Amino acid sequence: MTALLTLDHVSVEIGRSQLLDDVSLSLDRGEILGLVGESGSGKSLTALTIAGLLPLIGGRISAGTLRFDGTDMASLGAEGMRKLRGGRIGFVMQNPMTALDPVQRIGEQIDVVSRLHLGLSAPAARARTLDLLRQLRIAEAEAVAEAYPHQLSGGMKQRIVIAMALAGEPDLIIADEPTTALDVTVQAQIIQILTGLVRERGLALLLITHDMGVVAQACDRVAVLYAGRMAEERPVGALFDAPSHPYTRALIGCIPREGMEPGGLKGIPGAVPSASNFPEACRFHPRCALAIEPCRTERPALAPLSGGGQVACHRAEGRPR
Amino acid sequence: MSVVETKTAGKARSLPLLRAIFRRPSGALAASWLILVVLGAIFAPLLTPYAYDIQSLKEAFQPPSASHLLGTDEFGRDLLTRMLYGARTSLSVSSISILISVAAGLTLGAAAGYFGGLFDRAVTTVADLTWSFPEILIALILVAIIGPGIAGTMAAIAVAYLAQFARLARAQIMTLKGETFIEAARSLGAGHSHILFRHLIPNALAPVLVSAMLATGDAIILEATLGFFGLGAQPPTPSWGAMMSSGSALLFKAPWIIIFPGLAVAITVVAINLFGDALIAALDIRDRVRKDA
Amino acid sequence: MSDPLLTVKGLTKRFTTGGGWFAAPRSMTAVRSVDLTIERGEVVGVVGESGCGKSTLARLIMRLIEPTEGEVLLDGTELTKLDRKALRAMRRRMAMVFQDPYSSLDPRFTIAEAIGEPFRIQSRPVTAADVAAMLEAVSLPASMAERYPHQLSGGQRQRVGIARALALRPDFLVLDEPTASLDVSIQAQIVELLVSLRDRFGLTYLFISHDLGLVRYFCDRIVVMYLGAVVEVLPDARAKARHPYTQALMDSSFAPDPALRRAIAPLTGEIPSPFHLPSGCAFAARCSRAQETCRHDVPVLQEEGGHAVACFNPL
Repeated sequence: MTALLTLDHVSVEIGRSQLLDDVSLSLDRGEILGLVGESGSGKSLTALTIAGLLPLIGGRISAGTLRFDGTDMASLGAEGMRKLRGGRIGFVMQNPMTALDPVQRIGEQIDVVSRLHLGLSAPAARARTLDLLRQLRIAEAEAVAEAYPHQLSGGMKQRIVIAMALAGEPDLIIADEPTTALDVTVQAQIIQILTGLVRERGLALLLITHDMGVVAQACDRVAVLYAGRMAEERPVGALFDAPSHPYTRALIGCIPREGMEPGGLKGIPGAVPSASNFPEACRFHPRCALAIEPCRTERPALAPLSGGGQVACHRAEGRPR
Repeated sequence: MSVVETKTAGKARSLPLLRAIFRRPSGALAASWLILVVLGAIFAPLLTPYAYDIQSLKEAFQPPSASHLLGTDEFGRDLLTRMLYGARTSLSVSSISILISVAAGLTLGAAAGYFGGLFDRAVTTVADLTWSFPEILIALILVAIIGPGIAGTMAAIAVAYLAQFARLARAQIMTLKGETFIEAARSLGAGHSHILFRHLIPNALAPVLVSAMLATGDAIILEATLGFFGLGAQPPTPSWGAMMSSGSALLFKAPWIIIFPGLAVAITVVAINLFGDALIAALDIRDRVRKDA
Repeated sequence: MSDPLLTVKGLTKRFTTGGGWFAAPRSMTAVRSVDLTIERGEVVGVVGESGCGKSTLARLIMRLIEPTEGEVLLDGTELTKLDRKALRAMRRRMAMVFQDPYSSLDPRFTIAEAIGEPFRIQSRPVTAADVAAMLEAVSLPASMAERYPHQLSGGQRQRVGIARALALRPDFLVLDEPTASLDVSIQAQIVELLVSLRDRFGLTYLFISHDLGLVRYFCDRIVVMYLGAVVEVLPDARAKARHPYTQALMDSSFAPDPALRRAIAPLTGEIPSPFHLPSGCAFAARCSRAQETCRHDVPVLQEEGGHAVACFNPL
């Protein structure tokens, strides 16, 4: 069985820096894969890579292959990628305030997607737009379609962005920090809508976020990135119950839990290194409480874990604390 | 990063800036010309055996030669000598008047931008009004009121460019005013003068200085124009504009009298503009270095 | 119990916007008759979504903006009536840490100059030792003193912001979302730093945040705001919500534990415009427990055993 989307040992370079190093992921229909890590870990770059938008920022895939529904994406060319983007792959970006064209009515912005990718006529596209808005539980869909973006709240705009992503009948949605700019009550709405789409329509969802609460609530599997490399990839339950990589453990330890007393948060010393001075061997070792000599000299390989998933760490697995 | 600067190293700060300017060929060329003209103006008495004001009619209208490198004028005075002394007038009048203009414009604009209200409305309205007249017209009116001469010219130029600097300073201050570090200073008990002089004006200064640099070029032309109309420096004080004015009547008889001062004005103005461009680029580079680190 | 360190009474701020030649000015009440006391050594959290007035409240308490009505007393001194000189003197006792560590430091000031600024503003001598002591207090190396803000990471800058706030050894700190623009790993560092500084310097905090999980972790008491008004004061982090809005906030905050997943019952409806507040309870239109009274009368905050709630039909 092949997954809908696979990244097979993908590396990405911008200029001379290698910003993604040997990233392997797979995502199937009906599944939500979380991609987590601090800023600078390569999360958004992964999204751009899958979207084929690397040339925009002067980047290129230096190794590995991306497959979508069995097809090598490198063989599609620019035109093929353009058809895929917004069509079978939909995008929901972080900031709904800037994702919409301020001078175009909401309805027109959604219409154009289904006209372009599904070849619908103008009336058919509008009917589909209104249908999508209603599915996203937007009351008065007709009025909203006639509105301009500035007339809508942030949460409403993010629902419009989701409607645009859905308009091209996607199989895969890539959501890059879709709720970061939103209030918590609105975040809950958006997460509910996104998870509902996966469960009801069998979409695949790649959910990029820095919020471990959102990951715990929504994802089936989670990939943890650090400094452009995979640290750990696990089913969500196992990841939170018994995080294998010290970085994952540290990330989870940064979030206050119910009943925790002040002084209980661990934090992670230091900061994510910039691409120009990634440490040798294990890139996390300068910030890692468990680092030993091999961590400084030898790059840990990504190894499978019992119970599914994989981890890249010399101190992982069966070593408590 | 290498730019770990200390408080005491104020001079060291400007060094990389100069280096950045000289790294651009156009910047280096422009800076060299400006240095040459300034040195020529300062050391004029040492550079030439002639006086600028002693007439010798039998030597009038001599074309450029070994003894008079740029020829002589209608009164037999050495043209190069007069141009060196003229540079003193042109450069000092234009730069001093721009300096006055910047000081006044910065004060008015900063106060208007910072305090807002009625004062701001008054300043912007006056600035908008003067903005809608050509500089030369404002200058002519002012010279007509004050009377021709160096003082009148300086006042005219200073007022003509005042609006430009006031508007720029005001816009800068308005943007900076919203920065959190201003609110932070207020939360620590900072008064208006601390906020204006320690935070707002230092941060607003760079773009104002660049625009002052560019305006100095325009001011040289304005000074020359007023001189050309006989409203600037009065004879026998030489100025490039006045020299061109007397040369214009003799265009076919002794063309060098108008051509050389004209060239001096043109090259100096171009040099100032190129220097200004290099300065902008150099400042941007510094900003970028700061953000990257 | 001794007198509270901070007392806020009936604090109200109305903003008037617009109003030109052709438009009538519109006014909105950003903060509506807020009462609040903070005891010495206490950490009080103010939580709410964007537009609830929590940042305006912080600035009113710091007197960075003038209140329309109401009083703010710091250790018995009425701040809103002080003249400029007396207010400046009081500012030695209270300070603020801001959200954005990128714009809260003047780019032209070295770190030493930034930390020395409070001394200079208060016309006090500042020595290199003062600066070094503050850097040490926020766990930054002394070598940072001659750096510029652009050479520091976001977390380091926020430490400088805290050092500047603490420079004159105030009793009271207003923390306006000090970790909202930082990564979680850095957020945890900063929060733990604030916890240890409180013990070391005997500080009292007002902690403004949109993150209920963080507020419940860090704060002794929690004030919940909605559209400019306090709707509930929780006496401790474990208290059950009584106001339906507080409950909705709690339901919307996801725990970092897949075992605690819940069915999301999101709030319906949009937050009303602060320019056109509905009559009655501001939350009524989105509230599943709303009754007829809720749409007509404004509920007032009623206290019972330290737990106050403004609701006609509390949970």
